[in-house]
Amino acid sequence: MATSELKPGSPDYERWIDPATGEFRVLEPGQTFKTVTAKISDIVLTPHTPLGWFALFGVGGAVATLLLTAVTWLFLKGTGIWAVTQPVAWGFAIINFVWWIGIGHAGTLISAILLLFKQGWRNSINRFAEAMTIFAVVCAGMFPLIHVGRPWLGYWLLPYPNSMTVWPQFRSPLLWDVFAVSTYATISVVFWYIGMVPDFGTMRDRAKTPVAQYFYGLISLGWRGSVRHWIRYETASLLLAGLATPLVLSVHTVISFDFAVATLPGWHTTIFPPYFVAGAIYSGFAMVLTLAIPLRKFYHLEALVTERHIDNMGKVMLATGLIVAYGYGMEVFMAWYSASHWEYFMMWNRMFGPMGWSYGVLIFCNIAFPLTTLWVRKLRTNIGFMFLISIIVNTGMWFERFVIVVTSLYRDYLPSSWGTYRATKWDYMTYIGTLGLFTALFMLFVRFLPMIPMNEIKMMLPGAKIKPKEVASGEGH
Amino acid sequence: MPPREGTYGLLAEFETPSDLVRAAQKARLDGWRRLDCYTPYPVEEAAEAIGFHKNKVPLVTLIGGLMGLVAMFSLETWISTLAYPLNIAGRPLYSWPAFIIPAYEWTILWAGLSAAFGMLALNGLPSPYHPLFNAPNFRAGALDDKFFLCLEALDPKFELIETRAYLETLAPVSVVEVEY
Repeated sequence: MATSELKPGSPDYERWIDPATGEFRVLEPGQTFKTVTAKISDIVLTPHTPLGWFALFGVGGAVATLLLTAVTWLFLKGTGIWAVTQPVAWGFAIINFVWWIGIGHAGTLISAILLLFKQGWRNSINRFAEAMTIFAVVCAGMFPLIHVGRPWLGYWLLPYPNSMTVWPQFRSPLLWDVFAVSTYATISVVFWYIGMVPDFGTMRDRAKTPVAQYFYGLISLGWRGSVRHWIRYETASLLLAGLATPLVLSVHTVISFDFAVATLPGWHTTIFPPYFVAGAIYSGFAMVLTLAIPLRKFYHLEALVTERHIDNMGKVMLATGLIVAYGYGMEVFMAWYSASHWEYFMMWNRMFGPMGWSYGVLIFCNIAFPLTTLWVRKLRTNIGFMFLISIIVNTGMWFERFVIVVTSLYRDYLPSSWGTYRATKWDYMTYIGTLGLFTALFMLFVRFLPMIPMNEIKMMLPGAKIKPKEVASGEGH
Repeated sequence: MPPREGTYGLLAEFETPSDLVRAAQKARLDGWRRLDCYTPYPVEEAAEAIGFHKNKVPLVTLIGGLMGLVAMFSLETWISTLAYPLNIAGRPLYSWPAFIIPAYEWTILWAGLSAAFGMLALNGLPSPYHPLFNAPNFRAGALDDKFFLCLEALDPKFELIETRAYLETLAPVSVVEVEY
């Protein structure tokens, strides 16, 4: 049901308005505890896997073999097969790393920050947004690991007593990354898993086949819904949310330090941390939309992921997009205001140099198109349009990292060392392969795990309200 | 724990959370102490009704976070000044502002792990077996749409026949005996 089409007086209008707040409902009216449980758990427990699932999983898996091929060749030949060389010593690997991590951030934002702000509408989308976070971090973490050249020695990054008596160097932002990203991955997985434990209990009790009963019984840890457990569980969830909030801000801040701590024009700027975080959330919400729109259609979840959700995500994208636009504007302003020849040249070259087209793509995809159209409610509730805009913003945010990395490096201080950057087929295969890996992992998630948190949806239903009158009387019926 | 035999308690089923909270309040007022409520989602009023207040999860989290902070900051300081001193662009060996970032991440890491695993440990989970799973109606509804109040046999007031009669006065849908 399209809320944008509802007019006062139409038969559906009254149904959709919450009498308590006067706002449009987040969930379609008429849901009960039973329908919510059945709707969400039956997607997983059904013995009939939809054909479309096999198709998407197959495509994802097939594309992921590109990654496998590219990485195998990389391990045989070394990073020389990529286009990274002087002066552009950081290419696709860091671009894709930052892009994937940024996508992950919206999941944490939805699950943690919106929980702290008591935004009930997030309950429908937080589970698969968190799943998106974890799979995005999986894809992101791979790039620095394979970029170190000898990934089998990746554990040298960690401080551990060794026979070489060598220790890591804690003044490098690249080492800060190790701690930021590994913490982020761990906490995201823990938060996601703990959030699913009660739902696994529901699945265990509803499962019909012994294999499913055993599997969900094992991972539900024997959850039985005692209120004492629930209170500790709620406290732990709130604490994890409170911890994940500064964590998500710190992760992209630390990633921006990889650039900002260098003295390179185009990188050496104090606006990077906030503008990286805003950009991460911007692209992350775009990715949530890219995933949520087909999912709700395919699994008929329109009653639980309503147009109100799509509309709200559009608003968050508008807000974070404006912060990103401010960041771009400030970069240009500071290049001029710093009166530094190098800064001025870098910005001019970024806009009008040989790679100026990439700056144009970036401005169109991140600023010109979304930030003019997202103001319109009719467009924000237009599902097709929002899907299109999510793809455009994801493209734009990839180009943002491309512009930052490449156009700052390929014209450095010495004209004699100027060069260019042209990604090789291995670069493209690795990048496209991670998109396949992400799709395949996500399809496994929607098939085997409950993609919407049942217990959190139930809390929002009208039946969950404790009626004080009945309670206070103490005498009952 | 040695295997037990006999009755774990009596389980009353309710249709709505309000009915459950009302019954739990009454039971607590009537002197029951070994009792618990089982709900498909968190019902804070029910926890209040059975007098559950001691929640140690925040303390565990705080201790975990502080340990992470101290561990990482000391490790960085020891490595950079004693174990492996390196001159990096002439910066002091004890560059504490740079050390804050990994220490900050480890504060969050250990606080988060303590919150999650501390919560599970305090809840006594994982416990794949529990007598309640033997109750015929428990698994059909406890994590779906039903609300349960369990008066446990360990309570000194517990007496199978009388307690069943008492539970019936709270207007439940059904009362069943739960065996070990």
